[in-house]
Parts: sequence; structure tokens; C-alpha cells
Amino acid sequence: MTTAGVRATARIGARADGRGGTALPVLEGEGPLALRRTRASGDEARVMLVGAMSGPLGGDRFAVEAEVGEGARLHVGSAAATIALPGQAKGEARYDVRLDVSGGGELRWLPEQLISAQGSDLYVSSRVELRSGARLVFREEQVLGRVGEQPGRLTSRLTVRLDGRPLLDQELSCGPGAPGGWDGPAGLGGHRALGQLVVVRPEFESEPPQARLLGEYAALMPLAGPAALVSALAPDALRLRRVLDEALRTLDR
Amino acid sequence: MSRAALLVLADGRFPAGGHAHSGGAEAAVKAGRINGAASLEDFCRGRLNTAGLVSAALAAAAALGVDPALLDSAADARTPSPALRVAARRLGRQLMRAARATWPSGELDALARAFPKGAHQPVVLGLVARAAGLGPEDAAYCSAYESVSGPATATVRLLSLDPFDATGVLARLAPELDVVARAAADAARNVVDAGVDALPSASAPLLEIGAQAHAAWAVRLFAS
Repeated sequence: MTTAGVRATARIGARADGRGGTALPVLEGEGPLALRRTRASGDEARVMLVGAMSGPLGGDRFAVEAEVGEGARLHVGSAAATIALPGQAKGEARYDVRLDVSGGGELRWLPEQLISAQGSDLYVSSRVELRSGARLVFREEQVLGRVGEQPGRLTSRLTVRLDGRPLLDQELSCGPGAPGGWDGPAGLGGHRALGQLVVVRPEFESEPPQARLLGEYAALMPLAGPAALVSALAPDALRLRRVLDEALRTLDR
Repeated sequence: MSRAALLVLADGRFPAGGHAHSGGAEAAVKAGRINGAASLEDFCRGRLNTAGLVSAALAAAAALGVDPALLDSAADARTPSPALRVAARRLGRQLMRAARATWPSGELDALARAFPKGAHQPVVLGLVARAAGLGPEDAAYCSAYESVSGPATATVRLLSLDPFDATGVLARLAPELDVVARAAADAARNVVDAGVDALPSASAPLLEIGAQAHAAWAVRLFAS
């Protein structure tokens, strides 16, 4: 039996409301991707992505789109980790994230981890388009396998562009069938949790953050542009989060 | 074109300064991640399929005549480690100097003028291949091979690894090198229509993190 996967797109649009706050004229969940507005913090609107079903499963195509207008501030989190699972439908699942931030807008994209369960096959594509003067905090964490389990196949590409120019373009492929050496001494070195934190701020143009190591398996790296990347490996999700949280605290200071 | 020009360009004795760089092997040896021929092979395989694929595609695209300035900014976006960006530009400048004396070309002169501190090495390599009358596959092969021959040679010095073992590693990787070089050349041809987003961006976290650790050492045998 062949089963078609689920297709679902969630959309968020954030605008400055003219009274020092942020309005959400667009807040549309679909199927397994439900959105909840939660209590605002200052002038920042907060949205929680709530997974109403498990997934993505094989063959599913999920997408989340967020657009932040001039002067608006949006914080997006998720209620729980996303678990990529094998499904009845053949083929890989896809998860597309499309984020767009105008000049003077700010997006803090801080979802929970993505867990790649044994037998799953997921391609994640995150594309962030920024206009000059935009601010971004983007966190992405991947956990390879649930406790005591082999990972599934996971490929994740993250592209950040500023005024159409590439600022960061990184693709990571891991799990069974990934190009050789992914878990070796150049790739993950046996680590099962990996994360990236991207911070873009106009003021980094004149005062870029200093490169530094955050322990043996993580580094804060200024990019070629007003941005920094924290790249981290850890034995598990908890220790990975600790490293990224600490890095974000020092960058937020 | 002369196919033999590829041998001149890919020769480890071509005076472009590559011998001073370990391709991340020195950091991996110090951390205990490379401790013999088997782990060297795993390291090289990982590097070939990530940084090697990306640099081979950049080189092939430059050999096809894609705007080197666009390729250079694509290389920046694919190299988050500032230590690796510095190393890539330094190697690019050294290659430029050797190549302009070897295969004089107006395109090389123009690139040298546009990037006085050096463009990313694979971009320069692609233009050098073009100046030498070579094609995109040749440039991809040259770049992909360099991505593994550098660490293999460096590990011989760092670990006193038997050179026969190191060469054996390279020979065993040859079939995968063919696959990577072909994929890189295909991606480069897509760039002509689809733009630089069609370039691969495969990344290797420990290469980037290790390069940052390495750059902070007070004493080291290799520049990167």
C-alpha cells in the first residue's frame, strides 16, 4: 500500500502595531502544525509552534514561514522536540523553514530539538532572508537517535542571506547512507547532538564579536558580515543546550 | 589543451605553499582523533565529502568562467571559521603568485587586482586551471585531491606515519575522489544557470571547530 504523506504549511506575519508593540496579522497553522500566540514580552510578540501530531514521517512535507516587518519583533519557540520518524509512505520527508526579516525587524527563532529516530529520512531546509538592519537569533539543534537508538538519515541545509548576498550556507548530512566520514574525526567524532546558533546584528559590522572556543567541541566564529555562528557538538541534547544558552547569554549582553 | 598541465598543477611540488598547511590534520592529531592510518582514512574521507566537495565545485565553477567575485563570497559563506577563511585567502594569494609566473593570463591579473589580499584558494585554482587550458573536471579533480593529499602528507610528519600507509589511504580513496570530482563538476555546470546557490555547502563541524582551536595555539608545525 502506498500512502501519500501529509502536506502542511504554517504562516506567521509580524508587524509593528504603531504603539510600540508587535501585531500578528497572519497566524495560520495547518494540520499537524498548530500555532499559539503566547504572552508578549515587552514589544516582542511570542508564538509557540505546537505539534498536534507526531512527525514528520516519511513522505510528509511540512513548511513553516515567518515574515517580520520593519520594526516588528517576533519570538518563535516550540512546545516540544520534533521527532522525525519512519512512515508508511516511501521516500524522504521534508521540512522547509522560510524566514524573512525586514530592516529594523527582529526574529528570535528558538525551537526545541529535532530528533532523528532510527529508520527516518528527513531533509530540512532553512532559508533566512534578511534586509540590512535586520536582527536575527536562529537556533537549530539536532539529536541523532532517541536514547540507545541508531540515528535515521538526516540532511539539514541552513542558508542565511543578507540583502541577497550569502552570509552563511552550511549543509550537514548524517546517519545511514550519508556521505562517508560524517561521524569520523573530521565530522561529528561520535557526538550525537549538534547545534548551530546564528546571531545577526547591524552593530557587528563595526564591532564583530571575538572568535573564541567554548570548550573542546564548540566555537563562536564571526562570519564574513555582521554575524556570528556558534557551532557545537555534545554527547546529548542537555549538554548541547547548555553550551548554546551560555553563548547566547554572552552575545545578548 | 595539454592534459599534462594538470600534473604540473596537482604536483605537491608546485610552489604554491600548500606544504605549510595540514588541512586540519594537526589539530585532529593533537586531539587524538587521528592516531594511525585507519583514523587518517576516516578523516580524509570526511574532509573529501565536505570541504573537498565544496572546494572542488568552486574550482570547477571558476574554471567554467563563473564570476570569481560571486564564487569568493559563496566560499566565505561556506567557511564559518575565520581561521580557515584566512588560510584559504593566504593559499589563494600564494597560488596566484606561482600561477601568474607559470601561465600568464589577463583573468588572473584581474583577479589579483580585485583581491590584493588573496581570493579563496579554490576560486584561484579554478581560474589557474582555465589559464592552463584545463577544464572544470580537471579543476575539480585537482582540488578534491588536494583536500586529502594535504592531510595525508602532514600526518606522515605529525605522527611519523609510514609514508606507504599514507599513500595507501589516498589510493583507497581514489574511487570516492572520482565520485566527488564528478559531482562537483555537475554542480558547477548548474551554477551557470541557477547561480551560486547550486554549489554544494557540505560542512564538517570538527574541521571548523578544530581550526579555531589550532589557530589559538602558540606553537604549531603547520599554518592550518
